[in-house]
Amino acid sequence: MLEEVAVTVDGTPVALEAELTDSLLRALRDAGRTQVTGGCEQGECGSCSVQLDGVLVASCLVPAVVCSGAEVRTAPGLLGDDLAEAFARRGAVQCGFCTPGIVVAAESVLARAKDEGHALTPPEVREALAGNLCRCTGYEGIVAAVVEVSERRASVVPGSGA
Amino acid sequence: MTTLDAPPTVEGAGLVGRSVARPDVPPKLDGSFEFSNDLSVPGMVFGATVRSPVARGVLRSVDTAPALAMPGVLAAFTVDDVPGDRWIGHIVRDQPVLADGEVRHHGEPIAFVVATSQAQAWRAADAVVVDIEPLEPVTDPEVALAEGAPALHPDGNVYRRLELRRGDLTERAPVEVHGTWETGRQDQAFLGPESALAVPDADGGVTVHAATQDLHLDREQVAAALGLPEELVRVRLAGVGGAFGGREDVTCQAHLAMAARALGRPVKTTYRRDESFLAHPQRHPSRYRYTIGADADGTLRYVRARVVLDGGAYASTSGPVLGSACYFAAGPYRVPAVEVVGEAVRTNNPVAGAMRGFGAVQACFGIESTLDLLAAELLIDPVELRRRNALRPGDVFPTSGQPFDATVDVVGLLDRCLALPLPDPDEVPMPAEGDPYAFPGGTGRTSTGEGVRRGVGVALGIKNHLYGSGMAEWSLASVRISAAGAVVRTAATEVGQGLTSALVQVAGDALGGMPVRVATADSEAGYAGSSSASRQTWMASGAVLSACRRAVEELALVVARRHAVDPADVGLADGRVVVAGRPLELADALGPEVVDAGGRYDAPRTHPGDPTTGQGDVHVSWMAVAHRAVVDVDTELGVAKVVQVATAQDVGRAVNPREVRGQITGGISQGVGLALTEHLDAPGGLVANGSFTDYLIPTAADMPEVVADVVEPGDPQGPLGLRGAGEPPSLSSTAAVAAALRAATGRPVTRVPARPQDLIAP
Ligand code: FES
Ligand code: FES
Repeated sequence: MLEEVAVTVDGTPVALEAELTDSLLRALRDAGRTQVTGGCEQGECGSCSVQLDGVLVASCLVPAVVCSGAEVRTAPGLLGDDLAEAFARRGAVQCGFCTPGIVVAAESVLARAKDEGHALTPPEVREALAGNLCRCTGYEGIVAAVVEVSERRASVVPGSGA
Repeated sequence: MTTLDAPPTVEGAGLVGRSVARPDVPPKLDGSFEFSNDLSVPGMVFGATVRSPVARGVLRSVDTAPALAMPGVLAAFTVDDVPGDRWIGHIVRDQPVLADGEVRHHGEPIAFVVATSQAQAWRAADAVVVDIEPLEPVTDPEVALAEGAPALHPDGNVYRRLELRRGDLTERAPVEVHGTWETGRQDQAFLGPESALAVPDADGGVTVHAATQDLHLDREQVAAALGLPEELVRVRLAGVGGAFGGREDVTCQAHLAMAARALGRPVKTTYRRDESFLAHPQRHPSRYRYTIGADADGTLRYVRARVVLDGGAYASTSGPVLGSACYFAAGPYRVPAVEVVGEAVRTNNPVAGAMRGFGAVQACFGIESTLDLLAAELLIDPVELRRRNALRPGDVFPTSGQPFDATVDVVGLLDRCLALPLPDPDEVPMPAEGDPYAFPGGTGRTSTGEGVRRGVGVALGIKNHLYGSGMAEWSLASVRISAAGAVVRTAATEVGQGLTSALVQVAGDALGGMPVRVATADSEAGYAGSSSASRQTWMASGAVLSACRRAVEELALVVARRHAVDPADVGLADGRVVVAGRPLELADALGPEVVDAGGRYDAPRTHPGDPTTGQGDVHVSWMAVAHRAVVDVDTELGVAKVVQVATAQDVGRAVNPREVRGQITGGISQGVGLALTEHLDAPGGLVANGSFTDYLIPTAADMPEVVADVVEPGDPQGPLGLRGAGEPPSLSSTAAVAAALRAATGRPVTRVPARPQDLIAP
């Protein structure tokens, strides 16, 4: 039996349709939100990462029917221009299947660091992204880009308009 | 047609050699890039595969009635529904489209069910009742080879036997060492599971949108299975979530095409991760037995190797993989006498086929490990032993007798690799210091710090690029120039490696900087061969360059006619058409006219090799690489951390240095995985760890620092001087890590991946 689940995806209202056993990942993809990819549907690869009411989750592990009223954020809704530029310049993207999930995980840890008022170190980034598998890049460009963006964002004085 | 006396002047835009932006990255970043499983068309229905739960058995019956009785289930197909050839295959047609009489490996497709939703299709697949009388599986290739072993297939149990012989094999050297080495079953573990969409066409044909490495190999096999002429089967590339050799074989394509034509509706399927592990061929598990003879000063006198590859249940690419596994078994060394005898064997294990390095990874682990034994025996520094024996200009390749390419400087690579900085700090860190991942066991603080030892290992790798072995090898491309710019069409597949971007650079330079777009790869664009064997940038660039040259000539004629000038007065520079010294925008120069030109590139010819000795010019040329690995091992727990991998790699010429670096770091991550964690375990032929929970690929926390020296001597034959760059990072990184593990632990580490029990110090 299909249940209707009203959520917002990157600010836009979306009516998901889901069976009791459907994950949020599946429901999002069935609703055409294919920017969220599923590499394993077992919570192991991180490609399906989204923010659910501000919390980073593996959407394949969240039942869709419990998400009624939730705010879902995906890569296009979170990706900063600075991170997009750094990812492209540093070679953080090859096949791109892991990319939307890595963007969500990266923006989540970047936001946390900014709140805490510090820049991320490479080990911190590696730890934060250890749940997101990438088979193509060896992670070097990804980690370098996130560290670089974190440093830049930390050096911007709040309210300076920079 | 008028022709030109001399080609028009084209000023390159300086794109080749620069880290230009990849056109596919923005859509991949914002999620709008369409992977194969994102495809959706009206009226689409979904398929699911019924697979064998056993490794070997007689298929007595398949009852699809319970599935067909379920709501939303539209059809179920078994081998009796296959309209054309029941057998397909990459090279040898030995693999049933759907199981026929006997099942030969765990996960073999038995039936294909179609329903109105993917979930219902999976449920229906579960409802199909399969009656199999199990037979004792043969899972050891040496057992399959033994006298009296059951024939596992009408074609027999040996895919290929290859013997390479060169030099005087009767002599005995003063020093002899022996080593036996094994490698595990590595999975490509690309992140996007297999998925495709087949759409029936009005002319009775079918279009398959597939994430694949070779559109024409797919087309050939789908057409055979459907009993259709190839012209009625079109294969278009759908977004590929990684490949690494694992998408060279047909998986769901024929099932989908058959269902789409039978139902007259588009049919799509996406495999689940556990299914993906069962569905594509993995890297061949191997066993190498070596004898190396040398003089007391370390000069190599002979190499003998006996090679056994476990090919699993069907042929796939076992034949050519064995070629590679044998031809690179003596490494990049000067050896006067060589004997390599190899067999690729059928078993009831998972099918083995292509994976990055294609047999040369296994060979490299074998020869490099045995050389380290020799170094230890002679008390010679392993680096010095390699330097003394490495191929130099004027030498011949040890296994084939082919003159070695003098532009490949093996010793230079070794020296440049060793000149790279060692990790900082150059000692084992204590667990309390800073980075928790810098320590074996990671944040779990498994290790207390005592008994952690550092080891350093070095290895050299060598492999051919392109197919070689006498195969005719060519590539077609076309270019259309209109007011808006140029569109390049080819069937060469972008699998994530950055081909699209490379072709934009190559065509952009050849067309004087005009805007270039590369169309989605399509079988209708003409043959291109596969994105494999580190060949595609070379081959497709050759074809695109040829097409661009013709397009420029044609453009000069058209523009000359329109502007009433001599064709010799038309050139291209800065993205403009220069007409009698006046730069014009493309739209002004060309008006509404369109220029079309086709191009073709033929690879240098090779020889199949003498049938009894394998001697001959079997390779176009070679890619060489050096790796140095630094590892820390807790020798009480057997837990290892790769700290750093240094590499010097000869890429001929880097078309896009950033993307070359991406191949290096990505390839090394797979090499590290094979050294320490990656083995698809199949006790009794049954895959036991087909999930990312149990099959461990390196995470961001596991990856070592990579320091790289990219060497660009220019290849004398390759278009633009490039050589292949994709495979070398995986060739010897595994062997270097294994050597470092030995240095740290004093253990022999005779198999990869090394298990904890292999790393506990005596
Ligand atoms: S699809 Fe959710 S973690 Fe892999
Ligand atoms: S870019 Fe392919 S998996 Fe990360």
